[in-house]
Amino acid sequence: MPTLVYLEDHEGELVKGSLGVLTKAAQLGGDVAAVVCGSGVQGLAAQAGRYGAARVYVADDPALVAPLPQPRVDVLEALVRERGFDTVLFGASVLATDVAAGLAARLPAGLNWDLVDLEVRDGKLVGRRPALQDSVYADVGWKGEPRLALVRSGTFEPVEGGGEAEVEELAVQTQDFSRQAVMLERAHAESEGPSIEDADVIVAGGRGLGSPDKFGLLEELAQALGGAVAATRAVVDAGWYPYATQVGQTGKTVSPKLYFACGISGAIQHKVGMQASGTIVAINKDPNAPIFEYADVGVVGDLHQIVPKLTELVRERRT
Amino acid sequence: MRLAVCVKEVPEASARTRIDPGTLRLDRGGAATLNPFDAHALEEALRIKERTGEGEVVAVMMAPLPAADSLRKALAIGADRAVHVADDALAGSDLVATARTLAKAVEREEPDLILLGQQGGDSDGAVLWSALADLLRLPVVSQAASLELAEGKVAVKRQTEYGYDLIEAPLPCIVAVSDAINEPRYPSLKGIMGAKKKPHETLNAADLGLGADEIGEAGSRTEVYALADPPSRGDSVRIEGDGAAAEKVVEYLTERKLI
Ligand SMILES: Cc1cc2nc3c(=O)[nH]c(=O)nc-3n(C[C@H](O)[C@H](O)[C@H](O)COP(=O)(O)OP(=O)(O)OC[C@H]3O[C@@H](n4cnc5c(N)ncnc54)[C@H](O)[C@@H]3O)c2cc1C
Ligand SMILES: Nc1ncnc2c1ncn2[C@@H]1O[C@H](COP(=O)(O)O)[C@@H](O)[C@H]1O
Repeated sequence: MPTLVYLEDHEGELVKGSLGVLTKAAQLGGDVAAVVCGSGVQGLAAQAGRYGAARVYVADDPALVAPLPQPRVDVLEALVRERGFDTVLFGASVLATDVAAGLAARLPAGLNWDLVDLEVRDGKLVGRRPALQDSVYADVGWKGEPRLALVRSGTFEPVEGGGEAEVEELAVQTQDFSRQAVMLERAHAESEGPSIEDADVIVAGGRGLGSPDKFGLLEELAQALGGAVAATRAVVDAGWYPYATQVGQTGKTVSPKLYFACGISGAIQHKVGMQASGTIVAINKDPNAPIFEYADVGVVGDLHQIVPKLTELVRERRT
Repeated sequence: MRLAVCVKEVPEASARTRIDPGTLRLDRGGAATLNPFDAHALEEALRIKERTGEGEVVAVMMAPLPAADSLRKALAIGADRAVHVADDALAGSDLVATARTLAKAVEREEPDLILLGQQGGDSDGAVLWSALADLLRLPVVSQAASLELAEGKVAVKRQTEYGYDLIEAPLPCIVAVSDAINEPRYPSLKGIMGAKKKPHETLNAADLGLGADEIGEAGSRTEVYALADPPSRGDSVRIEGDGAAAEKVVEYLTERKLI
């Protein structure tokens, strides 16, 4: 089972999620290689050996400097075809998801996404994939090769232990249409804004707040509890609250002792950022909201009534 | 400006959706609706048309025949035309088989811009656009929190794990929009009445020149083996109604010394 793991880099480091997938691939056994794509990324190749890759391919080219998917599909297609990989694994991210789906169409190949586990059963690769808002778990597989898989973010922890990897540079060729999208500005690691990672209590709000000024309600509750305020991507994208406070797949991962989810539907991409919280209290007026599937206390009701009342009661207890 | 919007029908959020234990496919028999995430893509297309003062918006859907109602909803909201690809041979299509079908259907429209929503409400997949772009050999930008059109290009602000990128691509291209890009409008009574008179084309796989081995189960390379219950998460408490909810929450948290 020659397996290729796609490694993502950001600001001079390999991304943890993709190293976790590499660790898992090495545990499954077989012939495991990794690929790094970018510009000026040769230095990263050696790191990959420590996480279990026997060989690391490096595609280093100015066409790969921006983290855009399409030129990477070109690189991976050539690599998979020429070296005969039968399995390609990705740790989910905005970039890796687009690369994996483009590669699936190109090869063509089957792609299973959102996997939370991978195992080899009777010589066959089987993935575990939660479905329908995680209310059911499916065992999924592939008909034929290559097999492509995207692993849900935060699933596997990287473990160091391997040795040196053999490094091989690839000649990079990209297609015209792959180079048409260009990056004018690139996001930088957030250094400003409130910190939510260290808070023991988080009061988080989503689109159910109805308008940006309603974050005031959450700020008051957070203050009474000595906690911090967080937000979903929907409201951050809409400009209601700063990106630094976003919890989820494309935001922060938090694990406070107590997490209040107010007006949050509980999408998987939000869940992966807060499911490790000690106790989760959800307030949502829709009794079928997915958040109730994993809340310890689920309140079906209007947050505009309940949150101010909570603040009042907490304040009373404190005095 | 020709705008194509790919839309999908998904089970109604309030419906108890399930996977059919026999076929191991999503049971599409219950109450269904236009994928709420796609409403944002449609809205963005309508706004572009309104802003530029010209153009046509075509909604394209691959789904079983009864889903025509969801497509009609797209017409009621404001799409000018609808294209519905329906064929029993399409059942069981995975990502690549679906992308193949939609690529053929979209290609006929020769659109300048192809818009999609951020994910399927049923599959939690955020994968279709990239597969579609590869088959159509067009540039693609996903997770657009905002989109601007000027001089034959789109400029997209996109959220990633690190904040916001700004990406530019020439037309024709594909953009998948975030659900925060806009607030979708509802169909008006006039829109609902007018929808019945708008062009609504139904195509099958042969109309699109798709071979039997390219689509449906035969054209798919992923499979589902078995279903299981999710790992249990211990006891949880449910509190209904606004009345004494706050008191009950505080009581629960106090008992566990969380506040
Ligand atoms: C690649 C990718 C990455 C993503 N990354 C993230 C991420 O990092 N973080 C994240 O959060 N999301 C992320 N998302 C988006 C995610 O899929 C959801 O769209 C988002 O989390 C929804 O936010 P929400 O819960 O605020 O809004 P909605 O889904 O609109 O939910 C609002 C909820 O509020 C409830 N409500 C409304 N009014 C009231 C009221 N008066 N009282 C009580 N409840 C009320 C409604 O019933 C509803 O359940 C990502 C998506 C993709 C595709
Ligand atoms: N009869 C059909 N005609 C067109 N599309 C279909 C049909 N049956 C299923 N699909 C689509 O094929 C994909 C996979 O469907 P399913 O196999 O039901 O999970 C979904 O996008 C469905 O909407």
